[in-house]
This record gives sequence, C-alpha cells and structure tokens, in this order.
Amino acid sequence: MAAITPASVARAMRENRSFAVGAAITALVLLAAILSLVWTPYPIDQLSVADKLKGPSADHLLGTDHYGRDILSMLMIGARTSIAVALVAVGIGIVIGVPLGLLGAARGGWIDEGIMRFNDLVFAFPALLSAVMITAIFGPGAVNAIVAIGIFNIPVFARVARGGALAYKSREFVMAAQVAGKGRVRIIAEHILPNIANLLIVQGTIQFSLGILAEAGLSYVGLGAQPPVATWGRMLNEAQTMMAFAPQLALYPGLAIVATVMGLNLLGDGLRDILDPKLKRRVG
Amino acid sequence: MLAYVLKRSLSLFATLAVATAVVFVVLEVLPGDPAALMLGVEAREDTIAALHRQLGLDQPALSRYFTWLAGMITGDLGTSYTYSVPVSELVGERLAVTLPLALMALLLSVVIAFPVAVVAARNRGRAADTSIMALTQVGIAVPNFWFAILLVYVFAVALRLVPSGGFPGWSAGAGAAFQALILPAVALALPQASILARVLRSALVDTLHEDYIRTARAKGLTRHAALWRHAVRNALIPVLTILGLQFSFLIAGTIIIENVFYLPGIGRLVFQAITQRDLIVVKSVVVLLVASVVIVTFLVDIAYAAVDPRLRRR
Repeated sequence: MAAITPASVARAMRENRSFAVGAAITALVLLAAILSLVWTPYPIDQLSVADKLKGPSADHLLGTDHYGRDILSMLMIGARTSIAVALVAVGIGIVIGVPLGLLGAARGGWIDEGIMRFNDLVFAFPALLSAVMITAIFGPGAVNAIVAIGIFNIPVFARVARGGALAYKSREFVMAAQVAGKGRVRIIAEHILPNIANLLIVQGTIQFSLGILAEAGLSYVGLGAQPPVATWGRMLNEAQTMMAFAPQLALYPGLAIVATVMGLNLLGDGLRDILDPKLKRRVG
Repeated sequence: MLAYVLKRSLSLFATLAVATAVVFVVLEVLPGDPAALMLGVEAREDTIAALHRQLGLDQPALSRYFTWLAGMITGDLGTSYTYSVPVSELVGERLAVTLPLALMALLLSVVIAFPVAVVAARNRGRAADTSIMALTQVGIAVPNFWFAILLVYVFAVALRLVPSGGFPGWSAGAGAAFQALILPAVALALPQASILARVLRSALVDTLHEDYIRTARAKGLTRHAALWRHAVRNALIPVLTILGLQFSFLIAGTIIIENVFYLPGIGRLVFQAITQRDLIVVKSVVVLLVASVVIVTFLVDIAYAAVDPRLRRR
C-alpha cells in the first residue's frame, strides 16, 4: 500500500465521487438518528385519530399515518433503530470475529482449522433463522435482531482479519519485529492491525449496510424492535394493509432504507478506492 | 477428485451434526422446560406434565438428540403440537410452494443477469455500462419485501393483472399457481440479479483481457462469438460461487416474501409456529433450512473443484 498522508487522503476524498455522495447521505441519516434522541417534530407515542392519514403539509412535512402519527418523526426514530441495531451487530462481529481470525492466522494448525470450521458452521445460520430460533424462545425484540445479525457478522470479520493477517505475516517488517524479540500480541497490535485496519473499515461499511437491510426485513416480519419503537420494516408492514387508500405510506420508509443502504455502499466503495489505491485500477 | 469429494463429504457430515446439535441445544435445552414454554404461563401443572411425557422430555437430552436425528434420517420429524399432524406432512405441503418459488427466483435472476452483464462488459466505461452499474447499485439496496409491496401496488392494486396474494394450490392448475408466484419471484430475483450482474460483469471484463480471448479473436472469431464462447464460459466459476453464497439470502428472502404475498410456504409455517410456540415445527423447519444451506455450499464446492482441479488440493 502506498504511503498515506493526510493531504493525499483529502485529495482522494475530493476526487472520489462515490465517497463524497456516500458520506453525505450517511452523515444525513446519522444526523437524523442522533437528532431523534433529543427532538422529533412530533412525539410518536401520542395517537391522534383526528389527524390520521393527512397528506404532506407545513405542519406534517410528510403527512401522518393511520394513527395520526407524524411520518417524518417515525422515520427519524426508525433511522435510529436501524442504525443502532446494525452498528451493534457490526461491533459484535468485529469484537469477536477479528481476534478469532488473528488467532487463526497467528497459530495456524488445528486452531486455525477449528476456527475455519466454526466459520462454516455459523455461515449456515442466516440472521433470519437465528432470529426465528431466538424469538421462538425469548419472544420478539430488538436484542434478537442485534444478536442474530451480529452472530452472522462474526465469521465475516474473522475471514477478513485472517486473510489480511496471513498476507502480512511473512512480510519483512513483521519478521524484523520477531527478530527484535517482540511478542506475538505486540506484533499483532503494532504491525498487523494497523495494516489490516482499512480492510476492516471497508468490510465494516458493507456489513453495516447489510445489517440495515437485515434489520428492516426482521422488523417487517415482526422479529425486530417492538412497538412503540418505530422501525422502517414495521412501518412498511403496516403500510401494506392500507395500500388501496394510502399508498404513500409504503413509499417513505422504503426510500429511507434504499437511501441509507446505497449511501453506505457508495461510502464503502469510495473508502476501498481511497484506502487501497492498488485496487482502483481493477475496479474502474 | 474422489479423495477431495470424500474429504469434503466428511466435513459436510461433521457440519450437519454440529448444526443440528446447535439447533437442538437452543430450542430444547436453553428454554429449560420446552413443554412449559409451549403451553404458556397460564397452563395447568398436569397439562404441562402430560406434554412433557408426550414430547419424551423425561429422557436425558443426549438420547433425545439421537432419537431426533434418527427420526429425521428416516423422515420422521415428530408431530406438530398445534396441528396434530406429522411435521413431515406439513413441511412437504409447504415446500410445494417455497421450492418452486425459490427456483423461479433463481432462474429469473440468472436469466436477467447474463444479458445485462454481457451488455455492460462489452460497453465497458461507456454510458450503457455506467447506467447498468448504477441500476444494479439500486437493485442491491432495495429490500426485496419493499420491492414486492411496490409490485403488488402496481400489478395487483392498480392494474389488477395478478392477485395481490394467496395461493390457489397446484390443484387449481399450473397457470393459476404460476400467476400467484410470478410477482414474489420477480421481487426475490431483483437483488440476486443485481449482485450476479455485477460479479459477472467484472469477471467478464477480467477474462476479456486474457490471452485466449486474443487468440480466439486472431483465429477469426467475432467479438461476439469470442465473448459468448470463451469469456462467458470462464466467468461461470465466480457466478457459481456467488449463487452458492447467495443461497442463504435466497432462503431468508423467500421466507420474508411469503409473508408479503400470504403464500402458504415454509416461511408462513415457521412464523405461525412461532406465534403458537410450536417448538417442534420451528425446530424441524430451522434444521431443514440450515441443512439445505450446508448442502448447497457442499455441492457448489464440489462443482467448483470439478471445474477447477487446482482447488482440490485444499
């Protein structure tokens, strides 16, 4: 990888349109989610049947739903739910998966083999099936979604970390550190992790966007966060029953999901180009 | 090749054994008393005790696991608590909806992805390529259930071309069944086709620079012929991998999409089973789906090794 200086990163960011657009969309959604912690145009736990199914107006920018709740407020809280679930799930994947992958790469042999087989096993449990099992026992809730998506993220990050670590394991600077008498943990912390950090950041962005999609799917089928917490998935589920007379309700949450996921995907593509200039030519 | 297949089969059976054990532990050991969980908090002591005996819960866990495994191998999945019919019968009925749906979606995604990717690869860097790539970017970001809802609105609510949901059963004729499955299949195929088209395009772009393509062109093959005869064939390997990797997403997608269209498939079955706390059905369906993911991965690996001998050494 070429030397990265703050100036070169800044230039790459200016030149990389994927990154700029993706970062802008992601920042906007993040901002809406954070803002919803302290302020939404209307509270969403107050039902007002008199205001139900209003069209867009100065009072309600995106109108109201069948309970008279402000759609924009619901979307903001939905953003918060989505992001929280996907982010924690990525965190689970990184915190458990990365050490596993590094351990496999460092030790090799049966430990590595065992970790790889564990990865294969976890891959057989799509988030939806894990969520089905957890819900069957503990009942539905946001935690199920987080755990189910998080579990599936573990082997993903383990593989990326392992692959990256193996590529650097035989490089001169790692061998030099070994000769200098540095311990395994120190070598990983000082030489391997900084070098694979960009791989992990890119993968993290991809898993973040997949997590948003998975959360939407789970909450659509009722396996995610429960009322009164708003989720984009459940908003769509409720909208579906009112499609004949209020099709607009099915529009906004879907657009919110698409925008967020596309923003994160573009951000990921852009980050990959910026962080790994060698890849740029192949992708273009 | 035989050695590879044997080695890979061993790890297939090991994965299946561990996966079934995981499902068993989560659904039968973790809850403490599954009988109490299934009957809910208001159940009477003697009802719970009766179900406890009926489920064989007085046996030790390990022997229950092996009885369950042996049952599955012989096709006996136990009896559904809520429906009082053999689970294998329930699952069989539901598979008659889910399986054709998943296959239709798979077929559609391949049929869409191939021409799209070929057009993009041939026009690499030009407007056709950029717009196709932008479209696939959107296709990946659209949740299939939302796309399904939009399809229902346009084709069922507004245009009234197809039913908005439900399934007439195969006895109503293939035409009616097909009508009920076409929108769900299209919804499922969109993200799959988008991913496939992207992978196939970059594989084609890579192979188009290979020497054998130049040789083929030098031999007098047209660009078109060289592309279809050599490049597409070589790009099939990454496509196979992606189809294998995407299989678990296809399963999850099918389960969710069945809920959009009220299709009586495996997905509806498992959600009804969750609401009714029918752990026996949940257990069987989850194991069935997990096993199908493991087996498809296995088959893809074998196919991969058959195509590319270098991979057998792993």
